[in-house]
Amino acid sequence: MLKDITLGQYYQTDSVLHRMDPRTKLIGIMVFVISLFIFRNALAFAVVAVFLFLAMWLSKVPFSYMVRGMKGIMFLLMVTVIFNLFLTPGIPLVQFWKLQITDEGLRNAIFTAIRLIFLILGGSLLTLTTTPNNLTDGLESLMKPLKLFRIPVHEVAMMMSIALRFIPILLEETDKIMKAQMARGADFEHGGIIARAKSMIPILVPLFVSAFRRANDLAMAMEARCYRGGDGRTKMKPLKYNSRDILAFLTMAVYIAAVIVLGSLGESLRFFNIMQSLSGRVPS
Amino acid sequence: MLPGLFVDLGMGIIEAKDLVYEYIRRDEEGNVESVNRAVDGLSLDINRGDFIAILGGNGSGKSTLAKHINAILYPTSGTIWVDGKDTADPQNLWDVRQNAGMIFQNPDNQIIGNVVEEDVGFGPENMGVPTKEIWERVEEALKAVGMYEYRKSSPNRLSGGQKQRVAIAGVVAMHPKCIIMDEPTAMLDPSGRREVIRVARALNQVEEVTIVLITHYMEEVIYADKVFVMDRGRIALSGTPREIFSNVEKMKELRLDVPQATLLSYGLKKRGLELPKGILSIDEIIPALCSLGKKYNVYLGKKQNSSQHEWKQRRSPTEKRQQDALIFDHVSHTYEAGLSHEVKALDDVSLAIYPGEFIGLIGHTGSGKSTLVQHMNGLLKASSGSIYYRGQDVYEKTYSLKKLRTSIGLVFQYPEHQLFEETVFKDVCFGARNKGLSAKEAELKAFEALRQVKLPEDLYYASPFELSGGQKRRVAIAGVLAMQPDILVLDEPTAGLDPRGRDEILSLVEELRTKNGISIVLVSHSMEDVANYVDRMWVMDKGKIILDGTPEEVFSRYVLLEEMGLRGPEVMYIMDGLEEKGFDVYPYITTLEEAEEQIASCFGLKGGA
Repeated sequence: MLKDITLGQYYQTDSVLHRMDPRTKLIGIMVFVISLFIFRNALAFAVVAVFLFLAMWLSKVPFSYMVRGMKGIMFLLMVTVIFNLFLTPGIPLVQFWKLQITDEGLRNAIFTAIRLIFLILGGSLLTLTTTPNNLTDGLESLMKPLKLFRIPVHEVAMMMSIALRFIPILLEETDKIMKAQMARGADFEHGGIIARAKSMIPILVPLFVSAFRRANDLAMAMEARCYRGGDGRTKMKPLKYNSRDILAFLTMAVYIAAVIVLGSLGESLRFFNIMQSLSGRVPS
Repeated sequence: MLPGLFVDLGMGIIEAKDLVYEYIRRDEEGNVESVNRAVDGLSLDINRGDFIAILGGNGSGKSTLAKHINAILYPTSGTIWVDGKDTADPQNLWDVRQNAGMIFQNPDNQIIGNVVEEDVGFGPENMGVPTKEIWERVEEALKAVGMYEYRKSSPNRLSGGQKQRVAIAGVVAMHPKCIIMDEPTAMLDPSGRREVIRVARALNQVEEVTIVLITHYMEEVIYADKVFVMDRGRIALSGTPREIFSNVEKMKELRLDVPQATLLSYGLKKRGLELPKGILSIDEIIPALCSLGKKYNVYLGKKQNSSQHEWKQRRSPTEKRQQDALIFDHVSHTYEAGLSHEVKALDDVSLAIYPGEFIGLIGHTGSGKSTLVQHMNGLLKASSGSIYYRGQDVYEKTYSLKKLRTSIGLVFQYPEHQLFEETVFKDVCFGARNKGLSAKEAELKAFEALRQVKLPEDLYYASPFELSGGQKRRVAIAGVLAMQPDILVLDEPTAGLDPRGRDEILSLVEELRTKNGISIVLVSHSMEDVANYVDRMWVMDKGKIILDGTPEEVFSRYVLLEEMGLRGPEVMYIMDGLEEKGFDVYPYITTLEEAEEQIASCFGLKGGA
């Protein structure tokens, strides 16, 4: 059950995105996130969508594999949509009992859902195409200026990389512990909130114990292999910008410009208006 | 050949003098609570290019010693030199760690990279090796361990043996002069174990790297140049494998095993046969017995015993009461059904477990054993087929799965990892409480279960996390026993234990069957264990039960077993070899006692010593 989570798992294949410099991808994701929050109309949305799907296509990661990763956030998505749908004030469209759906609400719900889905897809695209070590290198290199403020950039990057490496191992372990406790008659499905929270103790305690044991072992293994922090370390895969990175930066610049320009084209192009005209309704 | 491996005369690669290490435990105020002397005045000298094995039971100080060689621990007193450098001198730290590479037990917890080649490059990166050379070293190291074709894979997709080989490559890429392997095979299956040992021997022979292998599997040390046996922080025995294994009594005292060929010749010698000392393998015992046979005028050729041999009935079979049995009727299970990578883990399995049976379940990793046992107590649901327990269909809506789970106790592999309560006693109560017993009743059952697993009473209220590995495992088994199951399923209950610990757990399980009448299903990789204890065996391969019968019946099909990558117990191969030479013995003997009896009767010897 827990094995379904593909979020953040590196997917081994060879594509333009895989070969791209991690710094380019990191900056790309930042640009993408910004664009997600400034697009306001359907045209800009179309640009965002095309950009995302183009990147997904370039990554050669199977679409189904990425979508499977979405399952985990379905619940969060539903909650956000429902809240937006019913709790936004505005011109009511449908009303039953005390609940009403307003035009603003519908618009917000749709946009929020799209933003969330795109955000997750974009984010997982980064981790799917970048090995954690590579990602770490990229982050470390981009954050280097922070060293001036005594922020331990290398250490933070290394911690993140290790965390990613152990996610699947700990998930598998959780699965195993759950089964072992179920074999001892534990029940995780029934009972009220308190009973259920209590029933998590037999899972959490062994999980923490094991995580600490693993951390201890790993630290020892790293020391045994002469790890002594970032100073004096060489790189097996040093970061180097390539022509494809320059191309990617140019694409990004054009992209963000397009989203900004199209986004400010005015109210007449508002997404919701198009929706309404499509359904034949005339706004009051 | 790796550079930097020329032999210089003089000091050995590793030398320790009067080494002492104490684990000091302090209470919250920092006062010394207890001192545990793990290494106690140990001295040793290891020559360059040797293959050294260090044997020792759990808690004998092997791992503590290993960590000294790599400067992870520093001596409390005494000195240890690696390649002539004192490890306690901070200036030597990085030299020592580079020269003495270290492989740990758990393959998952020592791989840092998410891609095989990046992990192998981790050490050279830390050492500041130039990029181009890192790539050369990684390639060379991966080729040396036979993992080059996996260089782009994620370590999570590799088998245990492959992961250990990657870990070894990670060390080899640092160009060490010696590699210390701290129980590298303890968590692996037999084929993984063979892979790792093969790589270690190749590195030793081809690259002339000194190997220090710490283990408690005696079959791994037979090829060593020298063996040290540790006990309570000291070297108890040292010498060639032949010298070491001649001390059968002493080895048993030290919680260790000797090869079956050695044990057999030891037993026969006790009965008066003049076998040479220090027989290690099947290739030595058969010629030795043949030449003795000529001397004793044992008639070779005519067969009486073997043709007349009756399948030995182990204990009278209990009445097979269908109504009390757990029955699988054409059960199949498919993981990820409908997807391209769907796996048929169980393929049309039909079986029955009757009260009081002791069944051994054998098969290599991935044959479907774990999936099968998880169906027994309803943790997994069959994709097709039915399961009946005591005449009821367990998949019927009204059937309580919780009841099934408490009637069929499942002890997972490394069950000690599921302990969570503050005290041992509370932890054991957990299952009994879940079963729905009152607090009083549950405590009674817990008490009984703890007595059954023979845990010393003063530990009942200790924290489970303070116990030794073997004790924790007993507590975990007690936690399942307290639910009073009718059938107890144990998945590799002896994994990671030393030979004595293993024998203790197995005889405990045997006792549960004989005294309490609990049916046992024992999942195991060890043919020897299974042959010694069970009365029925299932052999699984590719989700099917291929063989089902007494150990004799199953092992008589050893050709089929070998095709599946399994082997019969060593003693069977000895008897088979003897029969071929014309000895009047039955070839499919599975236990040492029977083998000894038969050989003795060939030589006209009566009665044991």
